[in-house]
Amino acid sequence: MTMRRLINLKRVEARRIYLTYFIVILAYIICQTMSSTKFLSSTMRGMLVPICAYMVMAVSLNLVVGISGELSLGHAGFMSVGAFSGVASAILMQNLIPFAPVRLALAMIIAAIFAAVAGFLIGIPVLRLKGDYLAIVTLAFGEIIKSLLNNFYLGVDSGGIHFSMLSDTTRLLPGGKLIIRGPMGISGIQKISTFPAGFILVMIALMVVFNLVNSRSGRAFMAIRDDRIAAESIGLDITKYKMMAFVTSAALAGAAGALFAMNYSTIVANKFDFNTSILILVFVVLGGQGNMLGSIIAAAALTILPEKLREFSDYRMLLYAIILIITMLGTNNSEIRSFFAKLNPFKRKEEAE
Amino acid sequence: MTKKILTCTLLILAMASSAFGAAFKLGGTAPLTGGAAIYGMAAMRGAQIAVDEINAMNIDVKFELNYQDDTHDAEKAVNAYNALKDWGMQISLGSVTSKPCEATAAENFADRIFALTPSASARAVTEGKDNVFQMCFVDPNQGSASAQYIANKNLAKKVAVIWKNDDVYSKGIRDTFIETAPKLGLEIVSETTFADGNDNDFSVQLTDAQKNGAELVFLPMYYQPASLIFAQAKSMGYAPKWFGVDGMDGILTMEGFDKSLAEGVILLTPFNADANDEMTKKFVAEYQKRHGEIPNQFAADGYDCVYAYCQALTQAKAKADMDAEEICKLMIEQFTTMKFNGVTGSNVTWAKNGEVSKDPKGMIIKNGAYVGLD
Amino acid sequence: MIFLNYFISGISLGSIYAIIALGYTMVYGIAKMLNFAHGDVIMVGAYVCFYAVSRYELHPLIGIILAMIVCTFLGIIIERFAYKPLRQAPSLAVLITAIGVSYFLQNTALLLWSSNPKVFPSIIGRGAFKLFEGELSISHVTALTIITCLIIMIVLTLFINKTRLGKAMRACSEDKGAAQLMGINVNATISMTFAIGSGLAAIAGALLCSAYPTLMPTTGALPGIKAFTAAVFGGIGSIPGAFLGGLMLGVIEIFAKAYISSQLSDAVVFAVLIIVLLVKPAGLLGKYTQEKV
Repeated sequence: MTMRRLINLKRVEARRIYLTYFIVILAYIICQTMSSTKFLSSTMRGMLVPICAYMVMAVSLNLVVGISGELSLGHAGFMSVGAFSGVASAILMQNLIPFAPVRLALAMIIAAIFAAVAGFLIGIPVLRLKGDYLAIVTLAFGEIIKSLLNNFYLGVDSGGIHFSMLSDTTRLLPGGKLIIRGPMGISGIQKISTFPAGFILVMIALMVVFNLVNSRSGRAFMAIRDDRIAAESIGLDITKYKMMAFVTSAALAGAAGALFAMNYSTIVANKFDFNTSILILVFVVLGGQGNMLGSIIAAAALTILPEKLREFSDYRMLLYAIILIITMLGTNNSEIRSFFAKLNPFKRKEEAE
Repeated sequence: MTKKILTCTLLILAMASSAFGAAFKLGGTAPLTGGAAIYGMAAMRGAQIAVDEINAMNIDVKFELNYQDDTHDAEKAVNAYNALKDWGMQISLGSVTSKPCEATAAENFADRIFALTPSASARAVTEGKDNVFQMCFVDPNQGSASAQYIANKNLAKKVAVIWKNDDVYSKGIRDTFIETAPKLGLEIVSETTFADGNDNDFSVQLTDAQKNGAELVFLPMYYQPASLIFAQAKSMGYAPKWFGVDGMDGILTMEGFDKSLAEGVILLTPFNADANDEMTKKFVAEYQKRHGEIPNQFAADGYDCVYAYCQALTQAKAKADMDAEEICKLMIEQFTTMKFNGVTGSNVTWAKNGEVSKDPKGMIIKNGAYVGLD
Repeated sequence: MIFLNYFISGISLGSIYAIIALGYTMVYGIAKMLNFAHGDVIMVGAYVCFYAVSRYELHPLIGIILAMIVCTFLGIIIERFAYKPLRQAPSLAVLITAIGVSYFLQNTALLLWSSNPKVFPSIIGRGAFKLFEGELSISHVTALTIITCLIIMIVLTLFINKTRLGKAMRACSEDKGAAQLMGINVNATISMTFAIGSGLAAIAGALLCSAYPTLMPTTGALPGIKAFTAAVFGGIGSIPGAFLGGLMLGVIEIFAKAYISSQLSDAVVFAVLIIVLLVKPAGLLGKYTQEKV
């Protein structure tokens, strides 16, 4: 009996994974055809890349919050590290690699590496803490990253790469170019992010996360999340596994940051503040912790929603807040949920089984 | 009130489309919610007044205005821009704030939709784009103009600067000010910053300026933090000369503000709500009637933008059924050659790179009102 | 002397953080939730007080009482409609709902009171006590804030330790299930906590805006986050901890600005927070509870 349930569970899990891939691919094909046949409005076309970036952000944060069970309030910090390192490296490679897709891919890889290093360094102190204290420390790191990047200057000239903190003392030779200008961020970015690139990144993020979750490490994550002491007592190295989830998540966020930044002509550190971290957390919670498909759908829905509410002009953000509250109540209150479940014949059948 | 305006606008629009043929679709993005909403709302309201006035006139050019919220964020600004494009925008008012405008200006350039931004003052907004123009001074010019003004009028020798560390506008002005001032014999004795989240307490910044003997404090920032600085300096007993930039405009109209705090503040601003010319008086009266407030420089810039468009479109004999690219070509031609008189300056001209050239007016606050300095 | 002046500025900024942090910590201690809407309740309180004093020219004290009444009701309403249905839900769901409420309050304020900043009338004037022949000055607002903060802290501590309702609150905070079995109405107790916390927010709002007199719909948001940090700093759930954490955060922020770099002061503040939490993982005065197997 138990054995059979286990096998079934596995099958359900596998079905869910393939369903997720299927839906993402289907959505991509639909959007891509609509976009190339000019069937899609400019608004929607303009949002395709940021939606992909937010999807990756949500999936990667879900790995930490949903699977590993740690509340992180500074995820936008990694996005920021990725955005700045990715864009800066893309600018540096501009003459070296004229072919944009390759440059984009390389920039995203570099962004992921930088963000992973940041994740590792931050993970050392952070992962020693628990619960809300861990949450506040991630918030603190997010703010620190923002503050540092607001004071960071990076330039390039014939003598190589120069950087400075606080004020621009890079002393570039004539013909040099200041890339990161402190609070002014980076300007004049070549917009090389594309929807197919975004789609590929979403698929990669999903593969990485699914493979991790369904591996030995993934089971260790969940064991630690569900009962830390029991997991420790069977000899799981808690710090190692937590770090693995944290760094993977940071790397994916970094790549997403690079994708996001190269969709706009300008980027500033203030974009990646506490509010952005919270926004991504909202995707994860709304989509369901541990549920990757949920994260993806929530990321898309909540990015499109404020745009669709434009017709209400002044009341737009108010409506957004109300919808957010109602959705949270609707999905989490057991009474309301059971009320909706009664309306849904499929769900009832599933529960009856 | 809003409803009334809305019905008014609709009526006028209906009239415009029936009696005079189609109207030009004029779109812009602005922060209408969030912390920067003060600037966005003002610019939008200023532009709306101009549109209503023009539509009531007996001329060929009619406008249909559409402002979309960008929450002072580049990403949302591009979304808003795209929404405007879907609506069929033919000419654009860019964005109200600098960073979002940098992002939308790149779109304007790629789509060949002409843009005239009321107040996005960073140089990067117009850089490398032949069809993006500014109605306001570009930040670096304000910095150097301020330094020159201080040096020429011999206002002080020792100067302190307090600027906002995470703000493009503040940083842009500060950079050229710091660069120019020493060349003119000014000594910068103190330079301190603040940022979002620690913009309440200015005791450290003021103490630093005071202890280094600054006779004048330069404040390249908006009026809201400046109002806090004045209040705290007063309670410290520190009374240097204050020198502000165009963002300072609006401080006198803050509800509940003790105007004596701003006594003697000098600022360079293109707009003076107390000016006595007909145009300004009419605009200020209308704004006050609609919104119960004195318009600030953002409102004035928005207002001027629409009138500048009106003049350019009339002179170019543009028709509302032309497509955006056609209008764009005509507008580039007009704006680089025409002279414009508005509430923010007379004999305003534009350079090929989109930068405006108009005289900043030195103003001093006396008895709670602006008085021209020159 | 400059050092002392900086110290006093730090205390005055810190006292504001402390009074906001009290509200955070109290709700956290009992309901175990991070009420991110607290900062926005403060903003509402400040607006109510502003309109009472500025527009209707009431006495500041009446203004504050009015603000307290409005905020208390607001707190009860928010709790009833947004948080209560989620009593059984995971804590993260409540957190997100709190953020939704925060957006809601900010945007309602924007529609009701417009985005134009208003200058808050000081409730006790802008004077200062001068010491050492005027070398050192402590503004009246600072003195008032610190005294209010101390009074609130003492009253709250007494309330929680001595009264029946306070005992009920502590019981709920320890173990909701057991409390219920002992005949305590858990729901009512939590509602009560929100009511008190929101009432405190009104006082905090009036003091925040008296010390730093501009008022906008976003006024509460950033000080709210700072105060939340202060609460964690002192040990979240601990009332003296919030007081201490607030003061320390204020002093560190001012010193970082004065002696390290005004540009990096935020980074320094948060770095100190991280170091403190590494040494004392439950904050300065928080109880570190060892998990039992």
